[in-house]
Amino acid sequence: MTDVKVPKITVSAPATAGPLRTSPTLLEVVELSLFYGATQALKNISLEIGEKVVTAFIGPSGCGKSTLLRCFNRMNDLIDNVRIEGQVLIADQDINSPEVDVIELRKRVGMVFQKSNPFPKSIYENVSYGLRLQGVSGRTELDGRIEESLKQAALWDEVKDRLHTSGLGLSGGQQQRLCIARAIAIKPEIILMDEPASALDPLATARIEELILELKKDYTIVIVTHNMQQAARISDFTAFFYLGQLIEFGATAKIFTHPAKKQTEDYVTGRFG
Amino acid sequence: MTASPGAMHPAPPVPQPPGATGPSGRFRAARWDWVSTLGTGATGLATVLIIAILGVILGNIIVNGVQFVSWHFITTGTASDMFDVNKAGILPMIVGTSARVILMTIFVLPAGVLTAIYLTEYARTTSKFTRVIRGAVNNLAGVPSIVFGLFGAGFFVRFVGRGMDAALYPGKGVTVWGQPALLWASATLAVMTLPVVIVATEESLRAIPQGLREASLALGATKLETIRKIVLPQAVPGIMTGAILAISRAAGEVAPILFTGAAYFMADLPRSLHDQFMDLGYHVFILSTQSPNVDKTRPLLYATVFVLLALTFALNVVAVFIRANLRKKARQNH
Repeated sequence: MTDVKVPKITVSAPATAGPLRTSPTLLEVVELSLFYGATQALKNISLEIGEKVVTAFIGPSGCGKSTLLRCFNRMNDLIDNVRIEGQVLIADQDINSPEVDVIELRKRVGMVFQKSNPFPKSIYENVSYGLRLQGVSGRTELDGRIEESLKQAALWDEVKDRLHTSGLGLSGGQQQRLCIARAIAIKPEIILMDEPASALDPLATARIEELILELKKDYTIVIVTHNMQQAARISDFTAFFYLGQLIEFGATAKIFTHPAKKQTEDYVTGRFG
Repeated sequence: MTASPGAMHPAPPVPQPPGATGPSGRFRAARWDWVSTLGTGATGLATVLIIAILGVILGNIIVNGVQFVSWHFITTGTASDMFDVNKAGILPMIVGTSARVILMTIFVLPAGVLTAIYLTEYARTTSKFTRVIRGAVNNLAGVPSIVFGLFGAGFFVRFVGRGMDAALYPGKGVTVWGQPALLWASATLAVMTLPVVIVATEESLRAIPQGLREASLALGATKLETIRKIVLPQAVPGIMTGAILAISRAAGEVAPILFTGAAYFMADLPRSLHDQFMDLGYHVFILSTQSPNVDKTRPLLYATVFVLLALTFALNVVAVFIRANLRKKARQNH
């Protein structure tokens, strides 16, 4: 316990917590490895994520947690020279198999990014964008879905009188909630969140966290976070990554109180990372 | 920091920023920073020089030219006497130059914008193919305009034009498209200005945050939908800037149209794309080299150059106006 500066990470089989499952598996990662050219960013990762739970990915920068998240909606397709081995199964279907339409996949797996990125369009147009892509065009239906999404994202009361003003006129926290509203408007099954509160002040962060707990009732959420308190507050399960490997995965309470691995303990207690 | 006497300098003390006084309560007086002064002077002088040169050119043309610009001058042709300021007009040249610039814009914008979209949105940035295309675009920008003129004569007039004649009027041996024409001059200019539009469009596409594209794709948009609905609307002002630069470059060019469409003299205005046309820039060249009476032609020359500048300016103003309008529209849609 004295060797603080250079933690020795010896990796054995990840301690996945099989019996802890509380809901049926929706997303399953099977021996997934990912390479950027010759560099291996993810090393043989296997885990299962249940339905309507919040799963947090934690770990130091560069550990591969965001890369893994972007495997779930195949955003890594956009990067040249990426090679994937192993499988990502959503509802038992391999999402990397040739017959899977990536457009359909992304309609079912929404994403909220680290840097809030509303389109330079009105609040209304931001939320309706995904709906219009799916062919929803009736004014009343659009209005209804937009109100519903903004209410779910806890933004409605703040913007209902200015729906047709630019989304860029909102504060940082509001912009991020707008991005969440935009993502849930098309009713995905899974929402991926890549450090959604890392650029926000504590109050705005608290609102996003409340929102995540609320959204959990309807959606399966996977969140990447640097903030361990955040992971402890909002997630049901936590996965700890280090250098592209899954070190430990289990119920959040257990990971933070009785981690099975010393590296996990060192990280969650703030000894490194 | 203490004020040491050795560092003192007789130069007048500079105003001291508040707050950060040293233990002695006084700043050391600043040395005269001659490098900064020299820098400010040199850059300022260069700026003044540019403005002065521009002022002399424009002033000279305006002072000597504007008095001869009359309604008669800009609404009649050159049929009576091409070189006499009291009789000659330049309507055919105004029409010809405007037509070739507008046609060129119509040709170059789609080609340039589509190429830029391919290069920034579709092509792999690391691939050899992309690098070869980029290099080709940059080299195209460095080709002398007379070479474009020869290329236009060889490719558009002889190859494409004669090919069209052979295909449209087989066996008749007529020449309709296979000769210098408005269409070929415009096409040649479009090839010449292609790099300008490609580079301007590429820059505006690259300035659009990657996060917007990712957000759109993550919502289940296809790449084409993302480009059409998110990327292109953002890039429109940049594309228009490219168009403005292309127009400015093309309006005054003579070399590319010498062999591809410009006529020394035409009794009538061009009526179709396969007609030749008279051109302001080319007319300036004719006036300054072919006149039997140089003194009599000089006012005409000044007036024609003035109109050429005014027309280029006017075409630019129209493009700037369209750009401002599109920007406003884009903002209102937000």
